[in-house]
Order: sequence, then C-alpha cells, then structure tokens
Amino acid sequence: MFHIYCPHCCEYREEEEFHASGQAHISRPLDPDACTDKEWGEFMYFRANPRGIHHELWVHGAGCRKYFNITRHTQTYEILEVYKVGEKPSIVANEAK
Amino acid sequence: MSDVTSDVTVVARDTKLVTKQLPAADIMGESPLHHADLASIAEHGPKEGGVHFHERKLMGLLTLRCLPSLEQQEMIKSLLGVALPMQPLTSVTTNESSMGNVSVRWVSPDEWLIIVEADKACGIESHFHDKLMGHFSLVNISGGTTIFDVSGDDVVEMLKKSTPVDLHASEFPVGKVVSTVFAKSGAMICRLADDKFELVVRRSFADYLWLWIQDASREYGLVVKA
Repeated sequence: MFHIYCPHCCEYREEEEFHASGQAHISRPLDPDACTDKEWGEFMYFRANPRGIHHELWVHGAGCRKYFNITRHTQTYEILEVYKVGEKPSIVANEAK
Repeated sequence: MSDVTSDVTVVARDTKLVTKQLPAADIMGESPLHHADLASIAEHGPKEGGVHFHERKLMGLLTLRCLPSLEQQEMIKSLLGVALPMQPLTSVTTNESSMGNVSVRWVSPDEWLIIVEADKACGIESHFHDKLMGHFSLVNISGGTTIFDVSGDDVVEMLKKSTPVDLHASEFPVGKVVSTVFAKSGAMICRLADDKFELVVRRSFADYLWLWIQDASREYGLVVKA
C-alpha cells in the first residue's frame, strides 16, 4: 500500500484515493497527420518498462481530482519524488551507461 | 411537462440561464432519504447512543470553479460575505453574510463548494453571473447531493471504519475538509466540532451510506435526529 503525497492537497493520503495513469511526459505529436504509422503507433501504444526509476502520471481521483507526477523506483516501489504536471523531475535515471 | 415547470421561475440573462430549483406547493421537495422516513425514526427510535445522525436535507449547494484573480477574490468576498479559503483543505463559515449562513469548502486548487440555505442558491448564482467578471463556472448541484451531519461520543470510531483518512484531532482539526473514499463510495468530510462531522454525499449513494452508517454505528447505538 502506497502512502502518497498529493502536491495539490499538500498532505499524504492512502493509495486507495489515487489511480495510476501510466507513463508521464508523453507528448502528443504536434502534427499527427505528418506522422508515420510507426511514430503514431509508438505514441499510442508503446511504453517504457524500466527496471529502476520511472516517471508516472497519477490522479487523486477521490480527493482533489488533479493529475500529478510521481517518480517511482520499480524495483523497490519507493516513491522518490512527487511533482506537479508541467514541472521537471529533479531525480532522473542515469542514462549514461 | 408543463404542469411540472409552471411554477419554476427561469431568470433569463444575456449569457446564462439561472433556474430557481425550489419545491413549490405542487412540486414536493424530497430528500434522497425520503423513503427512510427519518422523522418517524427520530420520534420513535432510540434516544441514547454513541452516534447521532441527522440529514441536513434540501440545502443549496453550488460548485464554483475558477482560478481567481485578486479582483475576482474581492468580488467573491463581497458577494458571499466571506473570502474564499485559498489554503488547501480549509473551510470557512459565516452567519453574518447578507446571504444568511454561508459555508465555503476548499475542494481542489480551482474548485470550491458553497453551502447555503436552499432559497439563497438562486440569488447567489444570479449575483455571480451579474457581477463577477472573468473566467469562472458556478453550477447548482443541490439536486445531486445531500448532507449528513454525524456527531456523538463515538462518531470518530464509526468514521474510522468507513474512511482511510486520519481523523485524530492533531491531523484533522475543526474546520478541515477532505474529499475522500467513504465505504465503497466517496464523501466530502468536514469537521464542524470535536465530535461533529459533516458528510456531503452523492444523492445516488445516500441510501447506501445511510445503511452503511446504521451498520457501522450498531455497536455504539445510533440516534436519529429530526
């Protein structure tokens, strides 16, 4: 059971009040008509499934009904950071391998 | 439908229709718990118990949505007689407004619930659409909701069975308001006093929650207040 901090209500609430809405920071192509089928298909259907740090979109469905982002470690389930939509995460996976 | 709408006053405006949604002589106002006949239970039922239940029925509830500028906040304050609570999870209540008893509950950063006497709702709606400039939405949700007042020595114990929020006085002081899950439905819970809470619930869930509260209160004794 997660204990999640809602950045709009400014307090921790039970996971029961929230709903996960998938991967965060997916931007819709500006000109869908100009997309190839592959580009459109990847925007629509293909999601990252990392082991480690993952940025997710959540909604406080039973509370303020606002969306916000969570940075979560998919192995430990630890919530590393909560930030509002439009803000940049301060904790990101180290891409240099 | 003409026989139903004959006594309903519709105030036409340039941009907005405001309807006076009040019961009349030939339009009976029925709360969602009308069938439960709470008045009889209050009269003949138990007089002592740890949980007291009262349906504050047929109130005027309005949902205000906006990101208010300072000018809008000033105007809203003058219209309601009380300033919008801008801090998360806070509420304000005044009985010195020209609109009578006015309660405003914070719901989300751009949403508030305004609770007034039923006959004041239409007036507030009209005043908002007349005087408040800029982008906002005000919707009368009186017909879709009802209010339960629960109180008593064991009210916190009863609520603990129903909702996951922390109800300890240090976390949930008087005046705090939360929207949360309640049983298998949802409710907006506001603490009115140490042992008194207000639940704003959906009309369609009112009967389920009334049954739930009866069950949850069984071990403490439930007193229905008229």
